Amino acid sequence: MKNRIEKIFERCSDEKRAALILFTSCGYPDMENSERIIQGAIDSGADIIELGVPFSDPMADGMIIQKASQIALQNATSLKKVLAMAERLRKRNPDTGFILFSYFNVLLSYGLEALTDELTKIGVDGILSVDLPYEEKAELEPLCKQKGLHLIPLVSPATSPERARLITGQASGFVYYIAVRGITGVRTELPQELIARLEEMGRISPIPVVAGFGIGDPETARKIAKHARGIVVGSAGMSLLVQEKPLEERISDFKHFVKSLSGSLSPDA
Amino acid sequence: MNSHYGIYGGQYVAETLLPTLYELEYEYEKAKSDPDFQAELQSLLKYYVGRESPLYHAQRLSRHCGGAQIYLKREDLNHTGAHKVNNTIGQALLARKMNKKRLIAETGAGMHGVATATVAALFGFECEVFMGAVDIARQAPNVERMEVLGAKVHSVTSGSQTLKDAMNEAIRDWTARAEDTFYVIGTVAGPHPYPAMVRDFQSVIGLESRRQCLEQCGKLPREVIACVGGGSNALGIFVGFLKDADVKRVGVEAGGNGLETGAHAASICGGRVGVLHGCKTYLLQNNDGQILETHSVSAGLDYPGVGPEHSYLADEKLASYVAVNDPEAVEAFDLLARLEGIIPALESAHALAHAIAIAPQYSPEDILLVNLSGRGDKDMDNIRHYRQRIQQSKAQDK
Repeated sequence: MKNRIEKIFERCSDEKRAALILFTSCGYPDMENSERIIQGAIDSGADIIELGVPFSDPMADGMIIQKASQIALQNATSLKKVLAMAERLRKRNPDTGFILFSYFNVLLSYGLEALTDELTKIGVDGILSVDLPYEEKAELEPLCKQKGLHLIPLVSPATSPERARLITGQASGFVYYIAVRGITGVRTELPQELIARLEEMGRISPIPVVAGFGIGDPETARKIAKHARGIVVGSAGMSLLVQEKPLEERISDFKHFVKSLSGSLSPDA
Repeated sequence: MNSHYGIYGGQYVAETLLPTLYELEYEYEKAKSDPDFQAELQSLLKYYVGRESPLYHAQRLSRHCGGAQIYLKREDLNHTGAHKVNNTIGQALLARKMNKKRLIAETGAGMHGVATATVAALFGFECEVFMGAVDIARQAPNVERMEVLGAKVHSVTSGSQTLKDAMNEAIRDWTARAEDTFYVIGTVAGPHPYPAMVRDFQSVIGLESRRQCLEQCGKLPREVIACVGGGSNALGIFVGFLKDADVKRVGVEAGGNGLETGAHAASICGGRVGVLHGCKTYLLQNNDGQILETHSVSAGLDYPGVGPEHSYLADEKLASYVAVNDPEAVEAFDLLARLEGIIPALESAHALAHAIAIAPQYSPEDILLVNLSGRGDKDMDNIRHYRQRIQQSKAQDK
């Protein structure tokens, strides 16, 4: 039987488009609205949701996600609450991919055995831990494999082809190609070699390659999507949600944005 | 090189940094056995830093305590006023070998920032230092020193605005610019190979003081005592005595207002195992794995983690760790100033306070060796504010 993530990429292939993966900071601005925001993203065309669990020290994140994480934590967001939300979202959205996204300490503190059990029970498809590279994955990967969860690896512009082969060779689900050297955030310019690197990764990797970090608008998304099986958008969407505006307007802006991203990925765009 | 100490250490960083860490490890391994590198390092330590630093018998302080003889390893007499420069010289030499153009550093008390700005000036690197806004306020003289030395100081306003946040920001900068930038980490923490590399550069403290102790006293100390924030001065002195079964190694953490109050920075005494800034180690964190804000009168100890090798030494009982609270540290600061004419850094005053407390348990033939890791000139404002706060709270109590 094919797992959900495989099915999503297969469906996108059939539709001749890249998958749209949306990162959201869970618990921003609070748990209740966060759930509405995520549902809004799904209704607007997101195929996979990265459920970002806030960490007090988000070293790989730029200002926007730092700010959202800080507010989420002030509002007492916890992994436990995010899991409860994921369970409700899963029931309403049986075909959407859900990836739990956080820093390793948050996962470790919950207990890796308990966490992987819980994720399997709820039906979350995998885990992405930004600061858990190939060298340190031994603590989590066997648990994921055993329970049918994907441990999503990252590769970056600094990763050599040999290393990329090593990383993707043992992985499942998809591999996340970090488009820029640096932290999350919207970039006006992406590296020139990005498309060539994505093509190369596509040849190396046995699992779908998606691109993220720095993708801020539908036009960029459309360009990059021609060379990847999926694109990830995080900060650009979150930047609309952290604006100084009434919440309903922010959520509406966000949904429009996700719709326009989704539209930009369709084959006739 | 071994990247772990038991379960501790490791390389918990974003994939973007892994190739940089491999490159650094490779260059460092080469440098260790490169006679030219070692000769240049030794020469700089002698003629630029002013090593070796003296081992000083604090006779009046010892008499005052009544008991053991207290000896001070005078790292405060190094160029720039602390042990930090032992490490920054080594890392700057590596940065030059790796053709980097720019040094970045995090700093708490500012001593590591100054030591990095100093070597940047010496070798002609650009230099940018990340420092929490709270620390900038309480260690203003060091900010000015860094600027005079040509470094740019970034005020970090995220999170608790102290050392951990400065380190987050330095890591963010490094992730984006590792190609031309060398991150000079100031303590035995961070991802491998930093904990091992910084320990090695600081081991000169332990090697010197063991030899000096034998030469001057004809015997080894009963205890070697050092303050522990990240723990580089402590590990530096401990490694000189790790094979001496009869020498007790004691790390002194910042007890702040007291462990029971939660307002402290004692990661080993009051924390549990987690992952932060690239390594697995004891951390101050809540039940959800969120890192806690710390408190200490000393900015250099105000950090929620500790070098991973200390966590290992603690678990294996190869060293013991205690906490000294703010008032005792300030008392030791005053005592050393008045009795010996030496103004210690508030960080080092924590180690001193422990020695003062236990000296009476020993006989006058016994030696306690304290690493006086830095001088206290930077703490003048800080100590004045501390005394004002104490007076205010006393007035309120009345």
